[in-house]
Amino acid sequence: MNRQSNTYTIIYSIILVVVVGLALSIVYQALRPKQVENIDNDTKRQILAAALITPENGESVAELYSEYITDSYIVNTKGEKVDSDIDPFSVNVADQVKEADMEKRLLPVFVCNLSGKSDTEDTTGDNVKYIIPVYGAGLWGPIWGYVAMDANGENIYGAYFAHQGETPGLGAEIEKPAFSDQFQGKDIFSKDGAFQSIMIVKNAPDPLPDNEVHAISGGTITSQGVQKMLSNSLEPYTAFFKSLKK
Amino acid sequence: MNLKKTFLPLFNPLSKDNPVIVQVLGICSALAVTAKMEPALVMTISVTAVLALANVIISLMRNTIPSSIRIIVQLVVVAALVVIVDQVLKAYTYDVSKALSVFIGLIITNCIIMGRLEAFALNNRPWPAFLDGIGNGLGYGIILIIVSFFRELLGSGTLFGCQVFPQSWYDAGYMNNGLMILPPMALIVVACIIWAHRAINKDLQEK
Repeated sequence: MNRQSNTYTIIYSIILVVVVGLALSIVYQALRPKQVENIDNDTKRQILAAALITPENGESVAELYSEYITDSYIVNTKGEKVDSDIDPFSVNVADQVKEADMEKRLLPVFVCNLSGKSDTEDTTGDNVKYIIPVYGAGLWGPIWGYVAMDANGENIYGAYFAHQGETPGLGAEIEKPAFSDQFQGKDIFSKDGAFQSIMIVKNAPDPLPDNEVHAISGGTITSQGVQKMLSNSLEPYTAFFKSLKK
Repeated sequence: MNLKKTFLPLFNPLSKDNPVIVQVLGICSALAVTAKMEPALVMTISVTAVLALANVIISLMRNTIPSSIRIIVQLVVVAALVVIVDQVLKAYTYDVSKALSVFIGLIITNCIIMGRLEAFALNNRPWPAFLDGIGNGLGYGIILIIVSFFRELLGSGTLFGCQVFPQSWYDAGYMNNGLMILPPMALIVVACIIWAHRAINKDLQEK
Protein backbone atom coordinates (compact mmCIF):
# COMPACT_ATOMS: atom_id res chain seq x y z
CA MET A 1 0.00 0.00 0.00
CA ASN A 2 1.21 3.48 -0.80
CA ARG A 3 2.32 5.03 2.46
CA GLN A 4 2.22 8.54 1.03
CA SER A 5 -1.41 8.44 -0.14
CA ASN A 6 -4.04 10.58 1.58
CA THR A 7 -6.25 7.58 2.35
CA TYR A 8 -3.43 5.80 4.16
CA THR A 9 -2.54 8.94 6.13
CA ILE A 10 -6.13 9.57 7.21
CA ILE A 11 -6.80 5.95 8.22
CA TYR A 12 -3.47 5.83 10.03
CA SER A 13 -4.23 8.93 12.06
CA ILE A 14 -7.76 7.75 12.92
CA ILE A 15 -6.48 4.41 14.21
CA LEU A 16 -3.68 6.10 16.16
CA VAL A 17 -6.04 8.55 17.86
CA VAL A 18 -8.58 5.86 18.75
CA VAL A 19 -5.91 3.59 20.23
CA VAL A 20 -4.31 6.41 22.23
CA GLY A 21 -7.69 7.70 23.40
CA LEU A 22 -8.68 4.24 24.57
CA ALA A 23 -5.41 3.74 26.43
CA LEU A 24 -5.71 7.10 28.18
CA SER A 25 -9.28 6.50 29.31
CA ILE A 26 -8.37 3.10 30.74
CA VAL A 27 -5.46 4.61 32.70
CA TYR A 28 -7.65 7.47 33.90
CA GLN A 29 -10.41 5.17 35.10
CA ALA A 30 -7.98 2.79 36.77
CA LEU A 31 -6.15 5.50 38.74
CA ARG A 32 -9.15 7.73 39.50
CA PRO A 33 -10.09 6.28 42.94
CA LYS A 34 -6.50 6.60 44.16
CA GLN A 35 -6.28 10.21 42.95
CA VAL A 36 -9.57 11.19 44.56
CA GLU A 37 -8.31 9.73 47.82
CA ASN A 38 -5.14 11.84 47.57
CA ILE A 39 -7.10 15.01 46.87
CA ASP A 40 -9.45 14.29 49.79
CA ASN A 41 -6.49 13.69 52.09
CA ASP A 42 -4.98 16.99 51.00
CA THR A 43 -8.24 18.79 51.85
CA LYS A 44 -8.36 17.02 55.21
CA ARG A 45 -4.78 18.08 55.91
CA GLN A 46 -5.75 21.71 55.24
CA ILE A 47 -8.82 21.51 57.48
CA LEU A 48 -6.72 20.07 60.30
CA ALA A 49 -4.02 22.70 59.73
CA ALA A 50 -6.59 25.41 60.56
CA ALA A 51 -7.10 23.76 63.95
CA LEU A 52 -3.27 23.72 64.30
CA ILE A 53 -3.08 19.95 63.95
CA THR A 54 -0.26 18.84 61.67
CA PRO A 55 0.54 15.18 61.03
CA GLU A 56 3.81 14.16 62.66
CA ASN A 57 5.99 11.88 60.56
CA GLY A 58 4.18 8.66 59.82
CA GLU A 59 0.75 9.77 60.98
CA SER A 60 -1.98 9.30 58.42
CA VAL A 61 -4.06 12.37 57.63
CA ALA A 62 -7.20 10.30 57.18
CA GLU A 63 -6.82 8.79 60.67
CA LEU A 64 -6.14 12.14 62.29
CA TYR A 65 -9.16 13.57 60.52
CA SER A 66 -11.51 10.89 61.76
CA GLU A 67 -10.02 11.26 65.24
CA TYR A 68 -10.41 15.02 65.59
CA ILE A 69 -13.22 16.06 63.25
CA THR A 70 -16.19 14.80 65.20
CA ASP A 71 -18.99 16.27 63.13
CA SER A 72 -19.65 18.25 59.98
CA TYR A 73 -22.84 19.83 58.73
CA ILE A 74 -24.24 22.57 56.54
CA VAL A 75 -25.86 25.66 58.01
CA ASN A 76 -27.87 28.48 56.43
CA THR A 77 -27.53 32.22 57.02
CA LYS A 78 -29.97 32.00 59.94
CA GLY A 79 -27.51 29.72 61.69
CA GLU A 80 -29.80 26.69 61.44
CA LYS A 81 -28.53 23.29 60.40
CA VAL A 82 -29.78 22.35 56.96
CA ASP A 83 -31.06 18.83 56.52
CA SER A 84 -29.75 17.68 53.20
CA ASP A 85 -28.03 14.77 51.61
CA ILE A 86 -25.09 16.92 50.57
CA ASP A 87 -21.82 15.95 52.21
CA PRO A 88 -20.30 19.14 53.70
CA PHE A 89 -16.88 17.83 52.69
CA SER A 90 -17.84 17.78 49.01
CA VAL A 91 -19.37 21.29 48.94
CA ASN A 92 -17.50 23.38 46.39
CA VAL A 93 -16.71 26.52 48.37
CA ALA A 94 -15.57 28.33 45.22
CA ASP A 95 -19.09 28.12 43.79
CA GLN A 96 -20.74 29.04 47.08
CA VAL A 97 -18.86 32.30 47.66
CA LYS A 98 -19.71 33.48 44.15
CA GLU A 99 -23.42 33.28 44.98
CA ALA A 100 -24.25 36.96 45.59
CA ASP A 101 -27.44 36.13 47.50
CA MET A 102 -26.01 34.91 50.80
CA GLU A 103 -29.31 33.25 51.74
CA LYS A 104 -28.77 30.71 48.99
CA ARG A 105 -25.29 29.66 50.05
CA LEU A 106 -24.54 26.27 51.52
CA LEU A 107 -22.29 26.91 54.50
CA PRO A 108 -20.21 23.92 55.59
CA VAL A 109 -18.99 23.68 59.18
CA PHE A 110 -16.46 21.14 60.41
CA VAL A 111 -16.54 20.52 64.14
CA CYS A 112 -13.19 19.69 65.61
CA ASN A 113 -12.67 18.36 69.11
CA LEU A 114 -9.07 18.90 70.18
CA SER A 115 -9.27 16.20 72.83
CA GLY A 116 -10.14 13.66 70.16
CA LYS A 117 -13.07 11.40 69.48
CA SER A 118 -12.87 9.71 72.87
CA ASP A 119 -14.28 12.87 74.41
CA THR A 120 -17.58 13.14 72.53
CA GLU A 121 -19.49 14.09 75.67
CA ASP A 122 -17.79 17.45 75.71
CA THR A 123 -19.56 19.17 72.81
CA THR A 124 -19.57 22.71 74.14
CA GLY A 125 -16.27 22.94 76.00
CA ASP A 126 -13.33 25.04 74.97
CA ASN A 127 -11.80 22.08 73.18
CA VAL A 128 -14.41 22.32 70.45
CA LYS A 129 -13.47 24.39 67.42
CA TYR A 130 -15.59 25.20 64.39
CA ILE A 131 -13.70 25.17 61.11
CA ILE A 132 -15.04 27.28 58.28
CA PRO A 133 -13.80 27.14 54.67
CA VAL A 134 -12.96 30.47 53.01
CA TYR A 135 -12.32 31.20 49.35
CA GLY A 136 -11.39 34.31 47.38
CA ALA A 137 -9.14 35.86 44.77
CA GLY A 138 -5.51 36.89 45.15
CA LEU A 139 -3.41 38.71 42.60
CA TRP A 140 -2.80 35.95 40.05
CA GLY A 141 -5.37 33.34 40.94
CA PRO A 142 -7.59 31.86 43.61
CA ILE A 143 -6.65 31.85 47.28
CA TRP A 144 -8.42 29.73 49.86
CA GLY A 145 -8.11 28.50 53.37
CA TYR A 146 -9.80 27.36 56.54
CA VAL A 147 -10.47 29.35 59.69
CA ALA A 148 -11.00 27.61 63.03
CA MET A 149 -13.26 29.51 65.45
CA ASP A 150 -13.24 29.11 69.19
CA ALA A 151 -16.24 27.55 70.93
CA ASN A 152 -17.55 31.07 71.69
CA GLY A 153 -17.93 31.75 67.95
CA GLU A 154 -16.08 35.02 68.34
CA ASN A 155 -12.34 34.47 68.44
CA ILE A 156 -10.21 32.83 65.80
CA TYR A 157 -8.35 29.80 67.08
CA GLY A 158 -6.21 29.20 64.03
CA ALA A 159 -6.11 29.83 60.30
CA TYR A 160 -4.67 28.15 57.25
CA PHE A 161 -4.26 29.83 53.87
CA ALA A 162 -3.18 28.49 50.52
CA HIS A 163 -2.91 29.90 47.04
CA GLN A 164 -2.58 28.71 43.50
CA GLY A 165 0.06 30.99 42.06
CA GLU A 166 0.79 34.10 44.12
CA THR A 167 4.23 35.68 43.70
CA PRO A 168 6.88 33.67 45.58
CA GLY A 169 8.37 35.66 48.44
CA LEU A 170 5.58 38.27 48.30
CA GLY A 171 1.92 37.24 48.04
CA ALA A 172 2.84 33.58 48.46
CA GLU A 173 3.86 34.37 52.05
CA ILE A 174 0.19 34.04 53.08
CA GLU A 175 0.68 30.29 53.31
CA LYS A 176 3.48 30.67 55.87
CA PRO A 177 2.70 30.33 59.59
CA ALA A 178 4.35 33.74 60.10
CA PHE A 179 1.28 35.24 58.42
CA SER A 180 -1.49 32.86 59.43
CA ASP A 181 -0.41 32.66 63.10
CA GLN A 182 -1.20 36.36 63.45
CA PHE A 183 -4.90 35.50 63.29
CA GLN A 184 -4.86 33.47 66.49
CA GLY A 185 -7.06 35.04 69.13
CA LYS A 186 -8.38 37.79 66.84
CA ASP A 187 -12.01 38.80 67.26
CA ILE A 188 -14.32 38.94 64.25
CA PHE A 189 -17.06 40.82 66.11
CA SER A 190 -16.86 44.43 67.28
CA LYS A 191 -17.60 45.39 70.88
CA ASP A 192 -21.27 46.08 70.14
CA GLY A 193 -21.63 42.61 68.63
CA ALA A 194 -21.67 43.46 64.92
CA PHE A 195 -19.73 41.37 62.39
CA GLN A 196 -16.58 43.22 61.39
CA SER A 197 -14.24 40.53 60.03
CA ILE A 198 -10.46 40.99 60.19
CA MET A 199 -8.68 44.00 58.69
CA ILE A 200 -5.27 43.50 57.10
CA VAL A 201 -3.36 46.71 57.71
CA LYS A 202 -0.15 48.37 56.60
CA ASN A 203 2.19 50.53 58.67
CA ALA A 204 0.37 49.93 61.92
CA PRO A 205 2.32 49.95 65.17
CA ASP A 206 2.20 46.95 67.51
CA PRO A 207 0.21 45.95 69.42
CA LEU A 208 -2.59 45.79 66.90
CA PRO A 209 -6.27 45.99 67.90
CA ASP A 210 -7.82 42.55 68.10
CA ASN A 211 -9.43 42.72 64.67
CA GLU A 212 -6.31 43.66 62.71
CA VAL A 213 -3.29 41.78 61.40
CA HIS A 214 -0.21 42.93 59.49
CA ALA A 215 -0.28 42.82 55.71
CA ILE A 216 2.63 41.36 53.73
CA SER A 217 5.16 43.86 52.40
CA GLY A 218 5.08 43.79 48.63
CA GLY A 219 2.00 41.57 48.68
CA THR A 220 -0.62 44.29 48.93
CA ILE A 221 -3.13 42.88 46.46
CA THR A 222 -2.88 39.38 47.92
CA SER A 223 -3.28 40.82 51.44
CA GLN A 224 -6.36 42.74 50.35
CA GLY A 225 -7.58 39.54 48.73
CA VAL A 226 -7.29 37.73 52.07
CA GLN A 227 -9.21 40.53 53.78
CA LYS A 228 -12.02 40.41 51.19
CA MET A 229 -12.05 36.64 51.27
CA LEU A 230 -12.49 36.59 55.04
CA SER A 231 -15.28 39.15 55.16
CA ASN A 232 -17.14 37.63 52.21
CA SER A 233 -16.79 34.03 53.36
CA LEU A 234 -17.35 34.53 57.10
CA GLU A 235 -20.21 37.06 57.01
CA PRO A 236 -22.96 34.55 56.11
CA TYR A 237 -21.99 32.61 59.22
CA THR A 238 -22.77 35.58 61.53
CA ALA A 239 -26.00 34.06 62.85
CA PHE A 240 -24.32 30.68 63.31
CA PHE A 241 -21.44 32.22 65.29
CA LYS A 242 -23.89 34.13 67.47
CA SER A 243 -25.85 30.97 68.17
CA LEU A 244 -22.65 29.40 69.55
CA LYS A 245 -22.31 32.13 72.13
CA LYS A 246 -24.55 31.10 74.96
CA MET B 1 28.68 -7.00 16.70
CA ASN B 2 30.91 -6.18 19.62
CA LEU B 3 29.55 -5.29 22.99
CA LYS B 4 30.91 -1.78 23.08
CA LYS B 5 29.15 -0.80 19.89
CA THR B 6 25.84 -2.27 21.08
CA PHE B 7 25.84 -0.18 24.20
CA LEU B 8 27.14 2.97 22.56
CA PRO B 9 23.63 4.54 22.49
CA LEU B 10 23.40 3.93 26.24
CA PHE B 11 26.76 5.33 27.38
CA ASN B 12 27.47 8.04 24.83
CA PRO B 13 24.76 10.43 26.09
CA LEU B 14 26.04 10.19 29.66
CA SER B 15 29.12 12.27 28.93
CA LYS B 16 30.47 12.77 25.37
CA ASP B 17 27.06 13.44 23.85
CA ASN B 18 25.18 14.66 26.92
CA PRO B 19 21.85 16.25 25.95
CA VAL B 20 22.09 19.06 28.52
CA ILE B 21 25.73 20.10 28.71
CA VAL B 22 26.88 19.23 25.17
CA GLN B 23 23.76 19.59 23.04
CA VAL B 24 22.29 22.23 25.42
CA LEU B 25 18.75 20.85 25.20
CA GLY B 26 16.16 20.69 27.97
CA ILE B 27 17.72 23.60 29.85
CA CYS B 28 14.35 25.11 30.75
CA SER B 29 13.15 22.22 32.86
CA ALA B 30 16.65 21.81 34.29
CA LEU B 31 16.25 25.27 35.81
CA ALA B 32 12.72 24.74 37.00
CA VAL B 33 12.83 21.52 38.97
CA THR B 34 16.30 21.58 40.52
CA ALA B 35 15.73 23.64 43.67
CA LYS B 36 15.24 20.38 45.61
CA MET B 37 16.63 16.90 44.96
CA GLU B 38 13.38 14.96 45.27
CA PRO B 39 11.53 16.64 42.37
CA ALA B 40 14.73 16.45 40.32
CA LEU B 41 14.89 12.70 40.88
CA VAL B 42 11.21 12.21 40.03
CA MET B 43 11.66 14.36 36.91
CA THR B 44 14.68 12.22 35.89
CA ILE B 45 12.69 9.01 36.27
CA SER B 46 9.68 10.48 34.43
CA VAL B 47 11.72 11.81 31.49
CA THR B 48 13.71 8.58 31.22
CA ALA B 49 10.53 6.49 31.25
CA VAL B 50 8.78 8.67 28.68
CA LEU B 51 11.85 8.85 26.44
CA ALA B 52 12.60 5.11 26.52
CA LEU B 53 8.98 4.12 25.87
CA ALA B 54 8.44 6.74 23.18
CA ASN B 55 11.67 5.66 21.47
CA VAL B 56 10.58 2.02 21.46
CA ILE B 57 7.04 2.78 20.26
CA ILE B 58 8.18 5.10 17.48
CA SER B 59 10.88 2.65 16.50
CA LEU B 60 8.29 -0.15 16.22
CA MET B 61 6.06 2.10 14.14
CA ARG B 62 8.85 3.61 12.05
CA ASN B 63 8.09 1.65 8.88
CA THR B 64 4.37 2.47 8.93
CA ILE B 65 4.37 6.18 9.79
CA PRO B 66 3.35 8.35 6.81
CA SER B 67 6.14 10.91 6.51
CA SER B 68 3.71 13.81 6.04
CA ILE B 69 2.31 13.45 9.58
CA ARG B 70 5.50 12.10 11.19
CA ILE B 71 5.89 14.91 13.76
CA ILE B 72 2.21 14.76 14.72
CA VAL B 73 2.42 11.02 15.30
CA GLN B 74 5.48 11.53 17.52
CA LEU B 75 3.69 14.26 19.47
CA VAL B 76 0.61 12.10 20.01
CA VAL B 77 2.71 9.22 21.33
CA VAL B 78 4.77 11.47 23.62
CA ALA B 79 1.71 13.36 24.85
CA ALA B 80 -0.12 10.12 25.67
CA LEU B 81 2.88 8.80 27.62
CA VAL B 82 3.27 12.07 29.51
CA VAL B 83 -0.40 12.09 30.50
CA ILE B 84 -0.03 8.53 31.77
CA VAL B 85 3.07 9.47 33.80
CA ASP B 86 1.23 12.50 35.20
CA GLN B 87 -1.76 10.36 36.22
CA VAL B 88 0.49 7.76 37.88
CA LEU B 89 2.33 10.46 39.84
CA LYS B 90 -0.96 12.02 40.95
CA ALA B 91 -2.10 8.63 42.19
CA TYR B 92 1.06 7.48 43.96
CA THR B 93 3.23 10.50 44.80
CA TYR B 94 0.71 13.31 45.22
CA ASP B 95 3.05 15.73 47.04
CA VAL B 96 5.80 15.44 44.44
CA SER B 97 3.26 15.79 41.67
CA LYS B 98 2.04 19.01 43.29
CA ALA B 99 5.64 20.30 43.52
CA LEU B 100 6.31 19.49 39.86
CA SER B 101 2.91 20.85 38.77
CA VAL B 102 3.09 21.96 35.14
CA PHE B 103 6.59 20.65 34.49
CA ILE B 104 5.42 17.06 34.04
CA GLY B 105 3.02 18.25 31.36
CA LEU B 106 5.84 20.23 29.80
CA ILE B 107 7.90 17.05 29.27
CA ILE B 108 5.98 16.96 25.98
CA THR B 109 7.83 20.06 24.82
CA ASN B 110 11.22 18.88 26.10
CA CYS B 111 13.48 19.19 23.06
CA ILE B 112 15.45 16.11 24.08
CA ILE B 113 12.46 13.84 23.49
CA MET B 114 11.47 15.13 20.06
CA GLY B 115 15.15 15.33 19.16
CA ARG B 116 15.83 11.68 19.98
CA LEU B 117 12.66 10.49 18.23
CA GLU B 118 13.58 12.36 15.03
CA ALA B 119 17.28 11.62 15.12
CA PHE B 120 17.37 8.07 16.43
CA ALA B 121 14.09 6.19 16.85
CA LEU B 122 12.91 6.77 13.28
CA ASN B 123 16.01 5.08 11.85
CA ASN B 124 16.83 2.35 14.35
CA ARG B 125 15.52 -0.93 15.64
CA PRO B 126 13.60 -1.02 18.98
CA TRP B 127 16.45 -2.35 21.16
CA PRO B 128 19.06 0.30 20.29
CA ALA B 129 16.24 2.88 20.44
CA PHE B 130 15.38 1.72 23.95
CA LEU B 131 19.03 1.99 25.06
CA ASP B 132 19.28 5.42 23.46
CA GLY B 133 16.18 6.54 25.38
CA ILE B 134 17.50 5.27 28.70
CA GLY B 135 20.94 6.79 28.00
CA ASN B 136 19.63 10.23 27.11
CA GLY B 137 17.15 10.22 29.99
CA LEU B 138 19.93 9.40 32.42
CA GLY B 139 22.31 11.87 30.79
CA TYR B 140 19.68 14.55 31.37
CA GLY B 141 19.03 13.21 34.87
CA ILE B 142 22.69 13.23 35.95
CA ILE B 143 22.90 16.96 35.29
CA LEU B 144 19.58 17.58 37.07
CA ILE B 145 20.76 15.67 40.11
CA ILE B 146 24.18 17.34 40.25
CA VAL B 147 22.58 20.78 39.94
CA SER B 148 19.89 20.04 42.51
CA PHE B 149 22.50 18.61 44.89
CA PHE B 150 24.37 21.91 45.02
CA ARG B 151 21.23 24.03 45.02
CA GLU B 152 19.53 22.16 47.84
CA LEU B 153 22.72 21.75 49.89
CA LEU B 154 23.76 25.40 49.70
CA GLY B 155 20.31 26.91 49.39
CA SER B 156 18.37 25.02 52.03
CA GLY B 157 21.09 23.15 53.94
CA THR B 158 19.26 19.88 53.30
CA LEU B 159 19.47 16.86 50.99
CA PHE B 160 16.22 15.06 50.11
CA GLY B 161 14.68 17.20 52.85
CA CYS B 162 17.05 15.95 55.59
CA GLN B 163 19.12 18.45 57.53
CA VAL B 164 22.81 18.19 56.56
CA PHE B 165 24.51 21.00 58.42
CA PRO B 166 24.27 20.70 62.22
CA GLN B 167 22.36 23.37 64.10
CA SER B 168 25.62 24.52 65.72
CA TRP B 169 26.78 25.88 62.34
CA TYR B 170 23.72 28.08 62.14
CA ASP B 171 24.23 29.18 65.73
CA ALA B 172 27.80 30.12 64.80
CA GLY B 173 26.50 32.40 62.05
CA TYR B 174 26.32 30.19 58.94
CA MET B 175 23.42 31.12 56.68
CA ASN B 176 21.74 29.33 53.77
CA ASN B 177 22.35 31.08 50.48
CA GLY B 178 18.88 32.18 49.34
CA LEU B 179 20.22 32.97 45.86
CA MET B 180 20.79 29.24 45.24
CA ILE B 181 17.03 28.66 45.38
CA LEU B 182 16.38 31.19 42.61
CA PRO B 183 16.41 30.12 38.93
CA PRO B 184 19.53 32.11 37.85
CA MET B 185 21.80 29.97 40.03
CA ALA B 186 20.69 26.85 38.16
CA LEU B 187 22.10 28.37 34.97
CA ILE B 188 25.33 29.29 36.71
CA VAL B 189 25.71 25.78 38.15
CA VAL B 190 25.00 24.26 34.72
CA ALA B 191 27.61 26.60 33.24
CA CYS B 192 30.16 25.49 35.85
CA ILE B 193 29.45 21.84 34.98
CA ILE B 194 29.92 22.62 31.27
CA TRP B 195 33.22 24.38 32.11
CA ALA B 196 34.53 21.42 34.09
CA HIS B 197 33.30 18.96 31.46
CA ARG B 198 34.98 20.81 28.57
CA ALA B 199 38.17 21.17 30.57
CA ILE B 200 38.34 17.38 30.93
CA ASN B 201 37.13 16.54 27.40
CA LYS B 202 39.43 18.76 25.34
CA ASP B 203 38.02 17.49 22.03
CA LEU B 204 34.68 19.18 22.80
CA GLN B 205 36.24 22.61 22.99
CA GLU B 206 35.46 24.92 20.10
CA LYS B 207 38.58 26.14 18.34
